[in-house]
Amino acid sequence: MALAIAVAVTVITLLSVYIFWAHIWWLPVSISTHGAAVDHQFKLTLLICGVVFILAQLGLAYVVLKYRDRRDKRPVVYSHGNNRLEVTWTLAATIVFTGLNLMGYQVWANMHFIGVAPGALRVEVQGQQFAYYFRYPGADGQFGPIHLDRVDDATGNFFGLDRDHDATAKDDIVTATLGVPVNREIELILRSKDVGHSFYVRELRLQQDMLPGLAVPVHFKVTDEGLKHNAGRYEIVCTQLCGLGHYKMRAFLQVMTQEDFDKWLQAQASGQ
Amino acid sequence: MAEVHAEAVHAHAAPTGFIRKYIFSLDHKVIGKQYYFLALFSVFVGTLLSILMRLHLVWPDAHIPLLDKLSPVGAPGGVMTPEYYLSLLTLHGTLMVFFVLTTAPQGGFGNYFLPIQIGAEDMAFPTLNMLSFWVTFVGLVVLMATFFIGDGPPISGWTAYPPLSAVGSAAGPGLALGQTLWIVSIAIFCVGSLLGALNFITTTLDLRARGMSLGRMPLTCWAWLITAVLALLSFAVLLAAGILLLLDRVGGTSFFIPGGLIVSDKIIANHSGGSPLLWQHLFWFFGHPEVYIAILPGMGLTSHVLSTFARKPIFGYRAMVMAMMAIGFFGFMVWGHHMFVSGMSPYSGFAFSVLTMAIGVPSAKLVSSQMKAAKSGRARKVPCRISSSVPASLW
Repeated sequence: MALAIAVAVTVITLLSVYIFWAHIWWLPVSISTHGAAVDHQFKLTLLICGVVFILAQLGLAYVVLKYRDRRDKRPVVYSHGNNRLEVTWTLAATIVFTGLNLMGYQVWANMHFIGVAPGALRVEVQGQQFAYYFRYPGADGQFGPIHLDRVDDATGNFFGLDRDHDATAKDDIVTATLGVPVNREIELILRSKDVGHSFYVRELRLQQDMLPGLAVPVHFKVTDEGLKHNAGRYEIVCTQLCGLGHYKMRAFLQVMTQEDFDKWLQAQASGQ
Repeated sequence: MAEVHAEAVHAHAAPTGFIRKYIFSLDHKVIGKQYYFLALFSVFVGTLLSILMRLHLVWPDAHIPLLDKLSPVGAPGGVMTPEYYLSLLTLHGTLMVFFVLTTAPQGGFGNYFLPIQIGAEDMAFPTLNMLSFWVTFVGLVVLMATFFIGDGPPISGWTAYPPLSAVGSAAGPGLALGQTLWIVSIAIFCVGSLLGALNFITTTLDLRARGMSLGRMPLTCWAWLITAVLALLSFAVLLAAGILLLLDRVGGTSFFIPGGLIVSDKIIANHSGGSPLLWQHLFWFFGHPEVYIAILPGMGLTSHVLSTFARKPIFGYRAMVMAMMAIGFFGFMVWGHHMFVSGMSPYSGFAFSVLTMAIGVPSAKLVSSQMKAAKSGRARKVPCRISSSVPASLW
């Protein structure tokens, strides 16, 4: 029986490690400038945890087998403890955890503590049950004010803009696809109209909740890699339960060259 | 002394009627079994719900027999609607976390074994113990009622984030009476848990047999004690949060509802100034200790069982107690790791990340000591070796 457990533990350990080793299911392509650092942190953490996992599980299998009940009169050995060993491995665990944490801090800080570079393209993202809408500020670089009583999904006025009376709202461009130019800093202002939503693009390695009452800025820059896959089209999915349509709430990020983006934005503007 | 002892014996005449003996029993073993059966019922229902969820994920358009009888609106013709899937998901999570993981290890095993392990006659407050169980039972009845009355179970998940859970039926089905009943059920459960926690702490501190110092208690008792302290502090916060949410829904307050919301084309005009993030902080301040409440009794039990069947004392008893206390203590400082991308300050995110890494150290210590206990012992009975290997291998 002890043999069965030892074998089962060993097989499960090796099989599960193999799944990661052989990249049977692995990370999607990374298309943002901060993505490489995020992936590196993930892989390093996975590697360290994997090594400890293997050692711990194989150690468990060994102990289960070696110290099984052999129905003999072998006496049990009482250990008075080994303080040095205790301190050593507690210290080792602390050093590893602290090290990983300090490294992760760098990645997190680069993404969240440092604001977006000046001259970035700003886009407002509004989540609602159950769609995303995006607003570009237009030539004046300013977002027009929002009027709640003017919000009308039926006529496509998702943001409640009063283009007739608000000068800054006249040139706002509202789209259903998030078009972005490659190699340019993008700042997204994430808002929600009704309940909590979330903005998640796997390939960007970017996820941020959109809560009503908050306007959360995030920023990223898409690398050339973004143009090379899926014709530049990446899924934006909602990852915060928002109601019965949550499962199908999604939009698309469309990565384009600067010229294509300018043309696209122009086309969107003329359709407003 | 003999006279005093004789009086004490006569004060506890055994109950004779069926109701007092089996239903409203004050005996810790009966109450432990009652908790256990409540958890067993909940786990069966919760498992059934998870099977229904899995069926829907694999075959979304399948006709599931009897489902249209359970909910003609949620599953017309036996085909599950997306909103009913969310209802099942919510109830599955709520049942499993609250009525299984919080009741069975502490209320079930704890009530049964704690007095025995510390050499006490019963728990410190037997009547309170009985009340705790029946209050928990009422909480379960109210939760199960959401299937059958009102607009169905809520669809906001076991975490019930507002505004989805706060603005009512405008945001979706099940969010009117269903959500209110859910909050009431959880509030009732909190009361039951708080009373139970008081009982455990008092029993452990006051009713140990002579010579049973805290430093000689089985590790399972330590685990139950630390769990009870966690429960006392965290369920209080959940109860408060639940009351605030209830007030937002029926009392016109706006603790969690900001202004400027438009839900289903309707402007929510009578609420403003609230913060959905506040609910998340309150909920997860409870939610993280909750998962330690679920696991600590198991960790204590593993140490205890391992040492018994390896036929040697646990390696580093003091260190194990310290590790469990550290886990419990740090468990109150890491709730933000459920909220890294919620919109709270990224600086807070960094702080919570450091503290979360810190919890890994005593946890690793705990498990490594359990492994050392297994080493050079002589395992006697196989089932216990398996059951102890599983938690160790989980890590």
